Amino acid sequence: MNSGIIKEQAKDGDILKFQGNPAVSGGESGTANGNAQMIRLEDIRMTYDVGDISYEALRGIDLDVGKGEFLSIMGASGSGKSTLMNILGCLDKPTSGRYFLEGRDVSNLTSDELAEIRNKKVGFVFQGFNLIQRLSVVENVELPMYYSGIPSKEARDMAMEALKLVDLSDKGNKFPNQISGGEQQRVAIARAIVNNAPIIMADEPTGNLDSVRGADVMNFFKKVNAERGVTIILVSHDKNIANYGRRLITVKDGVIISSSIIEANL
Amino acid sequence: MKPVKFVFFLDLKSAYKTFIRNKIRSFLTILGIVIGVGAVIATVSIGQGASEAIQSSINAMGANMLMILPGSSSLGGVHSGFGVLPTLTLRDAYAIRKLPAVKTDSGMMGMAQQVVWRGNNWATLINGANSTFSEIRNWPVAKGTFFSHGQVVSAANVAVIGNTAATELFGLINPIGHTIIIKNIPFTVVGLLSIRGFNAFGQDQDDIVVIPITTMLEKVAGTTWVHAIAVSAKSAKDTSKAQSEITALLRQRHHIPAHKASDFFVRNLTQIAQTANSSANTFTVLLGSIAAVSLLVGGIGIMNIMLVSVTERTREIGIRMAVGAKKKDILKQFLIESSVLSLFGGVLGIGAGMGISSAISAFSPLKTIVTMEPVIIALIFSLCVGIFFGFYPAYKASRMNPVEALRYE
Ligand SMILES: Nc1ncnc2c1ncn2[C@@H]1O[C@H](COP(=O)(O)OP(=O)(O)OP(=O)(O)O)[C@@H](O)[C@H]1O
Ligand SMILES: [Mg+2]
Repeated sequence: MNSGIIKEQAKDGDILKFQGNPAVSGGESGTANGNAQMIRLEDIRMTYDVGDISYEALRGIDLDVGKGEFLSIMGASGSGKSTLMNILGCLDKPTSGRYFLEGRDVSNLTSDELAEIRNKKVGFVFQGFNLIQRLSVVENVELPMYYSGIPSKEARDMAMEALKLVDLSDKGNKFPNQISGGEQQRVAIARAIVNNAPIIMADEPTGNLDSVRGADVMNFFKKVNAERGVTIILVSHDKNIANYGRRLITVKDGVIISSSIIEANL
Repeated sequence: MKPVKFVFFLDLKSAYKTFIRNKIRSFLTILGIVIGVGAVIATVSIGQGASEAIQSSINAMGANMLMILPGSSSLGGVHSGFGVLPTLTLRDAYAIRKLPAVKTDSGMMGMAQQVVWRGNNWATLINGANSTFSEIRNWPVAKGTFFSHGQVVSAANVAVIGNTAATELFGLINPIGHTIIIKNIPFTVVGLLSIRGFNAFGQDQDDIVVIPITTMLEKVAGTTWVHAIAVSAKSAKDTSKAQSEITALLRQRHHIPAHKASDFFVRNLTQIAQTANSSANTFTVLLGSIAAVSLLVGGIGIMNIMLVSVTERTREIGIRMAVGAKKKDILKQFLIESSVLSLFGGVLGIGAGMGISSAISAFSPLKTIVTMEPVIIALIFSLCVGIFFGFYPAYKASRMNPVEALRYE
């Protein structure tokens, strides 16, 4: 993968706003939604209180993500990437600022309302796979449907279809500890997309994998993005992994310091 | 709308899997419930067995029955049965019969005697009674007839025989019409009593031969004193009236001055049996509540292990929350899990309790009865224990922060 070319756009004085690139539209996503807005963050701040001292992990993030985008986030350890991801994925609420998801303000919802949004809109893929060991592969994939009340037979069909997409049709009855790390991460991808959630949040998805399996997993992200038009937001330390995306932003000390289009992937 | 069935089924399945994965731990957790429920079922079955036995002896005694015994109640009323205190006679019984609140009477005398039929010997209870015996004791004959009033008046040599005595003497032969020998006196068997079984004190009530009280006094015992007079009041309401009428009558007949104690006493047997019954019930309730305490202890055990389980599965809770589980979903999952645990304990406990109860029946003179009621109550109770003691751990799980739960190692 080649490094991207940085195109910064300055707006409104000192606030930097990074727009999704309109050039991403059409093509892979197959729909005319490239311009449509998926996510909009306005001056998102996150302060952690640890004892007497408080630490500001995010210091004013403005970000737009379009439908069907594949966005990579890079940054040094402790720069606030995971904190940002948790807010984007509605796992956490920002201390201040506004977050619009598909046009709806979700910055001040209750925890159950956020759970509902996670269920319908967001799929997560974590570094540590995060599958439930007690449940079989297909049961893990069914989990989101379980909480959205889809009948079991339908849920099973949808889960099998999602497993097929990640080439794991034959592993449905295995348990997580009976398959490889790469396969586990593909199960996590299947779980993320099974409920037709429009967004996948992937925090260091290849962090526990060797480069071959990592590349394998990344190709499935690309496939899901291309075939289903799923918006993907990926956090990675690894430049090679980040370069699977079509846009790259860099976070430093809780602010976005650069945004660039990875032209090789357009 | 959420299809409740699917959700519930998956939670059940998950609870079952957790249970299976930690077999020993789960078993130890529910042991308290098993012991508690088992103890409740066993004690209640003993109590119900006792009540039933008492109830059946009330029925066996006959309705509204009073017993007049010689001696003084202030002496404690202990009655040896064979050493007769000479205060009551058949004439007393005949006088009592005429009282307004009294329906029938039977002077009674019992003694253990050897009975012989064609070389077969059997020691049994010979009971002298009136022709009203069958009615007072609510005890019909199975074959033949009971001896008549005329046979009592003429002190006839006739006998009605209980089933056990009949079997011992006659085997399979129909005893009616045969002649048995008691104390060298021949008696013609005119009736066979229906089977009564054992009474509450473990006595075989069928091991008996009943002969007219007159014959008993004149020919067998050679005395005019009876052991007891059994009286049947006209109705349940009349028992205490009958009691005072009898007392007044007998004091007058025995010429007892007002300042002296009676030389007899009247026992209301139904009342005594009912008192015994209610104290058996009290005993059952007491034992049952002690057993219920161990259910509570079992509940605390469940709470403890559920807290451990919630902590162990923090990450799983985070994952479930990440894919969209709401607070109530997590709460429900852990509540179902604790309920399944304690219900399973309840089922095992019921099995254990029934086992203990039938073992007691088989190896001791106590009779036990397991009815549906305590089984259902035990099930509901163990379900409640599961929900009550599972609530705090489940609540704790449902309040976790998803980000922190996902980070938990
Ligand atoms: N729950 C928390 N309480 C206190 N401080 C926190 C908490 N979570 C994160 N932080 C702090 O916020 C900053 C950003 O953390 P974050 O996890 O977002 O970093 P990151 O960019 O994901 O790092 P890494 O690449 O190591 O995963 C760090 O300094 C971290 O110590
Ligand atoms: Mg991180």
